[in-house]
Amino acid sequence: MRRLALVLAAMTCTALADPTPQEVQRIMQRDFHPRGQATMERVVQDGVQRVCTDTHDQPPADLAKALEADQIKTIVYPEGSLLGDWKRGEALAQSGRGMTWNDKPAEPAGRSCYNCHELSPKELSHGTLGPSLRRFGKTRGTDPEVQRYVYGKIYNAKAYNLCSQMPRLGASGTLTPAQIKDLVALLLDPASPVNE
Amino acid sequence: MKALAFGAALALSCAAYGQDVAKEIQRYRQMVAEGSPAELFELEGEELWKKPQGPRSVSLQRCDLGEGPGVLKAAYAHLPRYFKDADRVMDLETRLVHCMVTLQGRSREDATARVFGTADRPSELEVLSAYIAGQSRGIRMEAGMSHPREKQSYELGRALYFHRVGAWDFSCASCHGEEGKRIRMQELPVLYKPQYARPVIATWPAYRVSTSQFVTLQWRMNDCYRQMRTPEPAFGSETTVALIHFLTATARGEAYQGPGSKR
Repeated sequence: MRRLALVLAAMTCTALADPTPQEVQRIMQRDFHPRGQATMERVVQDGVQRVCTDTHDQPPADLAKALEADQIKTIVYPEGSLLGDWKRGEALAQSGRGMTWNDKPAEPAGRSCYNCHELSPKELSHGTLGPSLRRFGKTRGTDPEVQRYVYGKIYNAKAYNLCSQMPRLGASGTLTPAQIKDLVALLLDPASPVNE
Repeated sequence: MKALAFGAALALSCAAYGQDVAKEIQRYRQMVAEGSPAELFELEGEELWKKPQGPRSVSLQRCDLGEGPGVLKAAYAHLPRYFKDADRVMDLETRLVHCMVTLQGRSREDATARVFGTADRPSELEVLSAYIAGQSRGIRMEAGMSHPREKQSYELGRALYFHRVGAWDFSCASCHGEEGKRIRMQELPVLYKPQYARPVIATWPAYRVSTSQFVTLQWRMNDCYRQMRTPEPAFGSETTVALIHFLTATARGEAYQGPGSKR
């Protein structure tokens, strides 16, 4: 009986015809207007956004792998050490500014890390949308490979998990390479409060 | 053994600390809800509803919000809904603009010149929303879902909720998709699930304590898209009405309790 109810519920769900992402996009292109730095190309989905919308963030594994490989190619690594200054990184992690229609493009964007992640034990006001990054560097060390992974993950989170909710902060032009290096230091530097 | 006892004591004090913080936040929210100045906005809205305006110098008192011309009781609880005279689904604010244009003879540009107000000076639509929503207190919310256009609007709203877009790849569900999550200390309701949508939607529009402003659902949709790093949705567009329709229909059955207070 319960199973029948579930099947019926599933049938009513599919009976409602959802508009396709293409149709939604056309409606958004008609209803939205550019404002400040937020231009209209931002309502045009790229392949990652389209696939994640289509699959409710559950892409089939082979497709996810192929698209993640494409995203890896967007990551540009600077020469030399990727460890910047954790103190500047902490300030960046605190700021939630940047990329909205009322942020000034000339002013440096923040990274909003604390909106979603726990980092320094001194900051109690942290979000929980992303995993806790407390003591992130403690077990991982500061090897060049670890630095590359962290740099890459911040630069383009979709290269590692296609439908991650984390923005592609380097690939979207939100953060500069120097800013990403400061965040790598915040996570990995043994002197950073994250690793207390 | 000593270390174990110390650890246990530490764990206990941490747990107690966490509980204290949660309790304090709960107490703060209670105080916010009790001391709401929403009533002042309702009074201002009533005055404006009855005030002759526009080239025809008439009030909005003959405006049909879906329950018949001038009927305010239960009107807000049954919105958004399809209106034959405008041939589209409208929420409260969109319908009010329609009445300003058709009854008072104002241009659409004039009626929408200042849709979102400030702490010092709320907008016309904000105070009118406060007054009209207040006339639905205690009435079960039931957004229109029988007309084909109403179903279409609901479905568009649901698709928009999960549509990933913008410079940071967000959808509404990026923040409002999983239970028990927070941005900083702010808990995030999972608004596509009725049990979370009901108490939230039943208290909009609302006085927002952090900015001392009275805010509406059209404002909420606008500010969410700002934070999603998209361009700006037009006020009263099919997009914003469909999202409001989806959220309100998801909250159906809840007795309206607003206008409320928000953080």
